[in-house]
Parts: sequence; C-alpha cells; structure tokens
Amino acid sequence: MLTAISISLTATKQVAKQPGQSPLWDIWLGLRRSPSGMVGLCIVLLHICLAVAAPYVVPYDPVEFDTDAIRAAPSAEHLFGTDKLGRDVLTRTLLGGRIALLVTIVGTGLAITWGGLLGITLAYVAGIVDELVMRLVDAILALPRLLILLLIASLFGTDTGVLILGLGFLFGVAVIRIARATTLDFVARDFVLAAYAMGAPRRTIIFRELLPNALDILLVEGALRWSWMLLAFSALSFLGFGVAPPTPDWGLMIANSRDILALAPWATFFPIAAISTLIIGVNLLAGALAKAIGLDRGGGVRV
Amino acid sequence: MGRLLVQRFSLALVVLALVSLIVFVMVELLPGDAATAYLGRNATPEGLARVRVTLGLDRPAPERFLTWTGGLLRGDLGISLARQEPINGFLWMRLRNSLLLGIIAALVGFPLAIGLGIVAGLTRDRLPDLLLSTISLIGMSLPEFVTATLLIYFFSIKLRLFPAVTLVNPDAPLSELLPNIVLPTLTLIIVLTAYILRVVRTSIIEVIRSDYIRTARSKGLASLWVILRHALPNALLPTLTIAALTIAWLIGGLFVIESVFNYPGIGTLLLTAIHDRDLPLVQSIAVVMALIYVVANLGADLLTLMLNPRLRSPRTVG
Repeated sequence: MLTAISISLTATKQVAKQPGQSPLWDIWLGLRRSPSGMVGLCIVLLHICLAVAAPYVVPYDPVEFDTDAIRAAPSAEHLFGTDKLGRDVLTRTLLGGRIALLVTIVGTGLAITWGGLLGITLAYVAGIVDELVMRLVDAILALPRLLILLLIASLFGTDTGVLILGLGFLFGVAVIRIARATTLDFVARDFVLAAYAMGAPRRTIIFRELLPNALDILLVEGALRWSWMLLAFSALSFLGFGVAPPTPDWGLMIANSRDILALAPWATFFPIAAISTLIIGVNLLAGALAKAIGLDRGGGVRV
Repeated sequence: MGRLLVQRFSLALVVLALVSLIVFVMVELLPGDAATAYLGRNATPEGLARVRVTLGLDRPAPERFLTWTGGLLRGDLGISLARQEPINGFLWMRLRNSLLLGIIAALVGFPLAIGLGIVAGLTRDRLPDLLLSTISLIGMSLPEFVTATLLIYFFSIKLRLFPAVTLVNPDAPLSELLPNIVLPTLTLIIVLTAYILRVVRTSIIEVIRSDYIRTARSKGLASLWVILRHALPNALLPTLTIAALTIAWLIGGLFVIESVFNYPGIGTLLLTAIHDRDLPLVQSIAVVMALIYVVANLGADLLTLMLNPRLRSPRTVG
C-alpha cells in the first residue's frame, strides 16, 4: 500500500517537473536562446560590476566642489562635465547606482521570499484565513504604492534599511497574489495529495512539494518586480524621500540638476542614461525569462 | 449574474472599509499627532492639551475612527490643519485638475495603445512589431520623471512650445489650464501606451493562434473581417481588466508627474500635506484615491461580465 503510494508519488512528480533536469536549468537554457535576454543580462551584469568597482575607479571625490569648474561642459578633465556645485558628473554617475542596486536587489529578494511563501501557504490552507488575508491584500493594493511608501518614509525615515524593508514589504504584497494563484493550479494534483496521505507535515508539503513547482514563476516575478522596484525607488529619491542629499544617487542627481537643464544638460542626461539602461536591461531579462517558462505576458501588469 | 454583481459590490465595500482602517492606523502611527503638527515648535503642554480637546484628539482611537468614517460617509472630509478650512472646499478642484490629466491621457492613450498593439500583434516578429515593441520597452523602462524631463528638454527648452511648469491657480478655469496640461498629459500617455500596447499585442497573438480563429479563416472569411469580428473582442477583454488595474499606478505616477510640472493636482496636494504633516488631509486624499481605484475596478469587472458571454452563464456563476 505504502509502496504503491510512493511509486505514484514519483510518477506524478515526473509529470510536474521535467524529468532529470531542474526547472532553473531549463530557464537558463531558454534564456540563452534569447538574444534580447542575453543583451539584458549583459547590461545588468555590467551595471552591477560598475557599481561594485566604482569606489576604486572614480576619478574624483563625489562630494568635492570644484569652484573653478561649475557647470563645466564635458572635457578631458571632466569627461561627463560637472554639476551646479562643480562636482564631477562621471564620478557621481558611477557611484549613483550603488544604493539603488543594493536596495532593490535585497528588497526584491525579500519581497519574493515572504510574498511567495505566504501566497503558497494561503493556497494550501485556504478557508477563512486565506479569505481574510486576501481582502487585506486587495485593500493595500487599492492604495497607490507611492502613497504607502511616502507614509512609510515619513513614519520611519529614509535609512537604507527602512527603504529595503518598506519596498520589500510593499512589493511582497503583490507577490502573494501571484504565488497563491500559481499554487492553486497544482495544489490539488496527485503528488500533493499523495504527500498529504502519507502524513507529511504541512511544512514539508509547502517546502518540498509546492515551493519547487512555483519557483520558476517566482523567479520571473522577481525579475519583473525588480524593474518596478527600481522605478519606485528612483521616484522616491526624485521626490526627496529616498537617499539623503550629499550621497550620489541617480534620482536625486536628476532632481537637483533639472533647474539647470538648459545650461548644463549633461548633469541631467548622464544619470538619466544610467538609470534608463539599467531598467531596460532588467526588463529585457524579465521578458526573456517569462518567455523561457512559457509565460509571455507582454511585460505584465503593474499590480 | 445578479448574485455575482452583489458579490463584487460587497467585496468593493469591504476593501474600501479596510483601506480607511489601514490609512487611519498608518497616520495614527506617525510620530506626533495633529495637535503637535498644528502648533509646531511653539507648543506648550497646556496649549497642546487645549488643541487636543478642540480637535477631539483626547478621545480614544476607535471612537475617533468611527467619527472620521462617519464623516466620510456623509461626505464630510474634516478640516485641513495647515489651511484651517474644510477639506471639501479645495480638494475637489485639485481632483478635477488631476482627473483632467488622467481622463485625457486615457482617452488618447487607450485607443492608441489598442491600435498599435493590434498592429504589433499581427506583424509579430516583423519590422513594425520589432519597432513598436522596442519603443514600448523603452517607454515602460523610463521612470515618469525621466520621460517628463526629456519632454521638457525638447518641447520647452529647445522648441519653446509648451511651458515647463504650471503657473496657474488650482481653481483656474479649464481654458487657462489647457496649455499647461500638454506635457504632463503627454508623459502619462507615453507610459500608459507603452504598457497597454504590450498587453494588447500578447493577447492578439494568443487569440489568432486559437482554434476558433483558424476555423473562421478556413471557412474562407476575409482576414480583416476575422480580426475585427472574432479576434478583437476576445483580445480586448483581458485588456479591460488590466486597464482598470493600471489606474492604481496611473494615480501613483501622477504624484511624480504633477510634481515635475508643479501641476496643481491631487498628487502635489498630497506631497504638500505630507510635508506639512496635515494628517486629516493625508487621510482624505488616500481614501479618495483608493475610492477611484476601487470604482474603476468594479466598473471594469462589470463591463467584462457584460461583454463576455462565458462569464454570464448561470453555471459558472456558481
């Protein structure tokens, strides 16, 4: 009896997954076949490398004022020119991605982890708890995301840790919905029932049976959330609710140099180019990942 | 159908009630209360106590929550601390300005996105599609303030066509407001079109691959007729739901866009309110924004129900 169940367990598991290969490996193979995805991956890796290497390669001190070269046009001395305080734009652009990348990468990981686990658990336990939490999720998603972020910023300040937790919490709320819907597709399949019938504890079922099958969707979801989190983070710093002023940050640089747009467009354009290429890269990567798991949602819904 | 309507409607009410609770609790958590915000630096303990009594802050939180929501139900939003006047007096003009932006952007953006999305979907992986897909990828990758800044650079600084900042009163007549909304609306249209286009493209591709389109084609129906009569209605249904969902970040994007152009809408009002710690105003704006979102989603749900016969049949209503 018991052997029969475990045989059917392995059999159905092979249906649920590709035989012999991990789903993540399949995604990588799919990604490698997509030229746009590889371009996106290269852009993203380049940005991460630049951000890591920046402190060692920048030509100037990011907060040092050069009073002889205020709003200087790009030249051999200042390749990207200087801003209205005479600070080197190349230096600040190279350093400006560090906090954005740190906050959004850790924040996305956080969002996917807690949102994914809670969503999977809700799909499994169902019932009144599921109903209550989902209504709360609906209510939070009904509020403009930026409004909640602004309230969190006025509540807890704008430390890096607060930004990570705030973004991670808020974006995780939307992940709950996706993870729950994904899990509902296979929560009643034989391999889950078999594990339940064999008396596996709830924790084992969630981590061993449900999570592996939702992992590919969560990965794609993570890439999409990452690009939106970058948008949200840059909007926060642009509005002055992100990083504190002397720190180089793209959103902040754009906000501060906008009033000299006519006189010194380079001070605005280089940070714009930096943030735009990064988000384009992440979006290309996310699109290719979605295609690799057969989930082409055309860029997805920002929910 | 009737039961489904009642269900959707009561769900919307539950969500709204929860929203007002969340907003109340969050604002309640903010350091200091309305009295400290009101008196600012000059606060003495006696003064604070007096203001708390006048504002009703000495009563317990659950009671204040009920008073506040009671006021909301009667359409009374309370009094702004920073302005010392009823919120009803100025909020709606700001909302009108924001809605003006949003509605014009939607009226131009949705048809544009649907049209271009159909073109992209039908020419999949050929030149028009590649071009449109690339443009929309860039459009959705640029933060709203970047798009706005680039538009200002080209249209205000280089071509000197439109003003870069809005310099009119919030309650100015529409005619005075119109030249000022061109660039903010254009920003919103670009972001909106970039997203919806991709959704329409994907659902067109899915639909033309489906069996019933193949059947219609093999019956010898003309291609264009098949697309208009059979493919389009089915492809547009998911777009409708997504269009309603985009309202949430459309409103979120408004904060940034309005702030870039200094446009006197509800977004800039909220930023000022947060800056001034004008807590009653923050609460009111949050609830109004959530209300717009919930109503838009309810509307899209109902429209989807009306347009999709499969969802109307009593069997699936369950």
